[in-house]
Amino acid sequence: MADSAVPAADLLPPRFADWFASRGWSPRAHQLAMIERARAGRDAVLIAPTGGGKTLAGFLPSLIDLAERSPSNTPRGLHTLYISPLKALAVDVERNLNTPIAQMGLGVTAESRTGDTGISRRQRQRVKPPEILLTTPEQLALLCAWEGARLYFENLECVILDEIHTLHASKRGDLLALDLARIAQFAPRMRRVGLSATVDDPEVIKAWMANHGSVDVIGPAVAPLQGEPSARRTEGVSATDSATDDIPNAGEETPSVAPGDTSPRGGGSSTVDLVRGPAGAEPIVEVLLSEGRVPWAGHTAQHAMAEVYDVIRKSRTALVFVNTRFQAEFAFQELWRLNEDALPIALHHGSLAAEQRRKVEAAMARGELRAVVCTSTLDLGIDWGDVDLVIQLASPKGASRMVQRIGRANHRLDEPSRAIFVPANRFEMLECQAAREAIAENKLDGDPPRVGALDVLAQHVMGCACSEPFDLLALYNEVRSAGPYRDLAWEDFEQVVDFVSTGGYALKNYDKFRRIVKGQDGLWRVRNAETAQRHRLNVGAIVSPAVLAVRIAMRGGRGGRKIGEIEEGMIEMLEPGETFVFAGQVWRLVGVTNLDVLVQAAPGADPKMPSWGGSKFALSTYLAQRVRQLMTDQPHWQVLPADVREWLEAQRDRSLIPEPDEMLLETFARGHRQFMVCYPFEGRLAHTTLAMLLTRRLERAGAGPLGFVCNDYALAVWAVKPMDGLDFGELFDEDMLGDDLEAWLADSFMMKRAFKGCAIIAGLIERRFPGQEQKTGRQITFSTDLIYDTLRRHQPDHLLLRCARDDAATGLVDVARLGQMLSRIKGRIRHSALEHLSPFSVPILLEIGKERSPGHAGETMILREAEDDLIAEALG
Amino acid sequence: MSAPSSSPVASASFAYGFAAADCGGLRTRVGAAEALLRCSGALWLAAERCLVVADLHLEKGSAYAARGQMLPPYDTRETLRRLAVEIEALTPATVILLGDTFHDRRSESRLAADDAEALRGLARGRTLIWVIGNHDADGPRALPGEVADELTLAGLTLRHEPRAGLNPGEVSGHLHPAARVKATRGAVRRRCFITDAERLILPAFGAYAGGLNVRDAAFAGLFARPPLAAALGFGRVHAVGWRSLVGD
Repeated sequence: MADSAVPAADLLPPRFADWFASRGWSPRAHQLAMIERARAGRDAVLIAPTGGGKTLAGFLPSLIDLAERSPSNTPRGLHTLYISPLKALAVDVERNLNTPIAQMGLGVTAESRTGDTGISRRQRQRVKPPEILLTTPEQLALLCAWEGARLYFENLECVILDEIHTLHASKRGDLLALDLARIAQFAPRMRRVGLSATVDDPEVIKAWMANHGSVDVIGPAVAPLQGEPSARRTEGVSATDSATDDIPNAGEETPSVAPGDTSPRGGGSSTVDLVRGPAGAEPIVEVLLSEGRVPWAGHTAQHAMAEVYDVIRKSRTALVFVNTRFQAEFAFQELWRLNEDALPIALHHGSLAAEQRRKVEAAMARGELRAVVCTSTLDLGIDWGDVDLVIQLASPKGASRMVQRIGRANHRLDEPSRAIFVPANRFEMLECQAAREAIAENKLDGDPPRVGALDVLAQHVMGCACSEPFDLLALYNEVRSAGPYRDLAWEDFEQVVDFVSTGGYALKNYDKFRRIVKGQDGLWRVRNAETAQRHRLNVGAIVSPAVLAVRIAMRGGRGGRKIGEIEEGMIEMLEPGETFVFAGQVWRLVGVTNLDVLVQAAPGADPKMPSWGGSKFALSTYLAQRVRQLMTDQPHWQVLPADVREWLEAQRDRSLIPEPDEMLLETFARGHRQFMVCYPFEGRLAHTTLAMLLTRRLERAGAGPLGFVCNDYALAVWAVKPMDGLDFGELFDEDMLGDDLEAWLADSFMMKRAFKGCAIIAGLIERRFPGQEQKTGRQITFSTDLIYDTLRRHQPDHLLLRCARDDAATGLVDVARLGQMLSRIKGRIRHSALEHLSPFSVPILLEIGKERSPGHAGETMILREAEDDLIAEALG
Repeated sequence: MSAPSSSPVASASFAYGFAAADCGGLRTRVGAAEALLRCSGALWLAAERCLVVADLHLEKGSAYAARGQMLPPYDTRETLRRLAVEIEALTPATVILLGDTFHDRRSESRLAADDAEALRGLARGRTLIWVIGNHDADGPRALPGEVADELTLAGLTLRHEPRAGLNPGEVSGHLHPAARVKATRGAVRRRCFITDAERLILPAFGAYAGGLNVRDAAFAGLFARPPLAAALGFGRVHAVGWRSLVGD
């Protein structure tokens, strides 16, 4: 490995220096920088590409500290806490960490603890914690909700947050930030260390993980240090720091350290130093230009599968990324159909049984596989040396995710990672090209900072009460020391506590049923042990859709061996007797009983492919903008394959190509229908919301809208009457985000879905665990939809309705993005009135009839269809 | 999609007498009686000016709250509001609560004063009959109305829990029937009436009451021929044939 210019002797004790030497390594500059930051008692975030010895850099300071402690006869408790977003990663890091510990003979105990850890080990870990505990945010929340959490964490010196960029901008990140604020109270010496892959904006991550200790608890001697000058200095250094991005020499080990302000720890707020690892070699990214024609629509990339197989054959080990589980199954099936050389090609996605996934991972680690078809389950962390190629089937949707995925190839910094994009349709061809150029320019799309969710806060407040009595004001200050909650208003906090206690209802019926009660000492505590126990069963900020086990059907309708798990919504599309692909094989659906999907092997049968196999990720704003630019830039078209180029030229000649800041809108008649197709390129979510709102307006304008369809690039609405005479400026006016949005949202199924998630996280309803459901008899569980309807009518301003609205507006309908788009296109709608459909409109029109239509209208359609069946039955 | 063992009797398709009513409900016959199946899930026997609702489960919310799950305390007033809307629309001479009107035996003591008053208001000027269910076997203590185990009206027997086997002329609740309908565009699960023109089972009327899929074994053997579900839609009741119904 590369030589280091930094004098290591001062920072690295002999035992460690010898270990590096014995491996033939030198410590990397950023590893030494992390030791140096630890010596200075500073919080730090390390940003380095995969393969840069990032994890070791995070642990080295703790290992040195533990190795240098004088021997003690009494156990000294937890020293370092490591948090990983994935269970598998925590286990993997445990293994990787115990190797140097053993080789150096450090005698340090390091153990993982996840939901899969055996009960006896977990119990022992509570009584006698290891010195280094490797776990997940959910397990941390659980530990914080136990009685005695204060004692458990009191000797904690360091918390390491791995893959922090995947955690911060989510409810899991909110919960983790709150738990960090909590344990910082118990362990005043605790340092925070973040590890992250390349990110767009490190400031967002720094702000998220920093201790924002509120002014109320800062002593006067400390306060001056919070002042303007230090803040300004931080900015100055950050500016120099970002300049190092441009250093072209990837091999050169020059980490840059950007200090935050230097207020001492303990009570006061702190900022986080930024340490950058070396930039890796520039990745080599290509777009596969298929011999076959690029299809007009679709998401499977079936046309290019033979070429994908050929690329796999020529590489050592390839990771084939797709965006959904069904795409994974499909691609796996197709590749095996072509697999004349019987290459070891495996499949890995979240629905497969854990045991099966472990098998694939182990075979991969042994270097036995030539390719793995996988979903986002393999986006992160786990170190598999030998991958030399990443193939992305269908569009990547965002540049940052793609960089992460490309980083999975070649865990050696000095060699470039290699990736090939395989677009599945024509618009995706533009998107892949745009993504390739964005990556080459190192332009990434990042998550904006988020405001902490109140349903997560409710869960946390309950957890605090379960561990020890709390004082209301002290807890408020503690919560505000967490990044996402630093601006939390007292009124909101009070409302959350009232919700935790009695449900927060205007009708005060439940005062006698409080979950947490205020004692005579003024402290709040949980009502009783049973209530605390029930809370602990419901900890966590992940709400998964109902999942069914897929089992081989046995005689008598019983379920046999479990093959994996599948989301309820996926199986709804199938009828008994139909065949589908799962876990790489074709199965026939026998039936569904309770929580089991019963199947029989159906080798050789032609499987049904669900038509809604698009991406679950939205096209990122940044990438969308680049696609619009590429589309306008005619000389640039030469990078595209001939058929795509001809398609763009035909669009230019028959309709028009809009400027990057314009939105194209086409109107034409087809069959008995009048069409309006527009191309905002803002992603399916924003388009669906826009379409819902447009149809309301078209209804009022008397156009008689009949239906709509959306994809990531465009939306099409069809109606009884022609729409080319409408005032489009008025139709697309931003005021649609006012009353029209509120009226539609309140009734939409998305609000109900968001409400259910919030109700589970906040503890209003309990999680349903497999096996708990009533097997037979009258269903006694209630549906959250019924609760939503009732609450909305009788207390529309309730805390959870507010939470649900915020979640729906951001996560499910993307109101912010729609708002930006409407403002962008104001006065810039280019209307093209056509005799016939345009080349651009073909992909979206091909999707008509393939979409599911949720909501009142959709449900009514389904019921009417069933009525028609009945009439046909009666007449037949 | 559950095992077809719960299918009642396999027989050829049968045309039922159903007609859409102006209110969005369905007109049909049960035994010899004319019945209107309302969008709300209530049954209207026009000839008797009698409104029948089943399984109100009043104070289900507070029953959960007492155990530490703070469901919104508005289920009782929401259920009574819906009942008031029906009474306003139809001005019945008799209102029959077909059992499990309260969620548990202590529900009446948890009832908010204004909800109790609203219930008294609904009883005023008409006959209110509480048919006893398994959840509320004692009947009301302080609230107005008559109490009955079952009663006969217009040639129909009204009771809470359907008797096993065929029982022509029976109207009951208890099972909380729900229909799941699947089409190419997805699936819908709605509360429903279920009937073979001989007997009728009402959907639960309570705001928080759950539903049991009519394909469940609990419905097996209750009907002489494949029954028909009248699913509660948005402002309409939809007649759905047995073949279109699927399990959960």
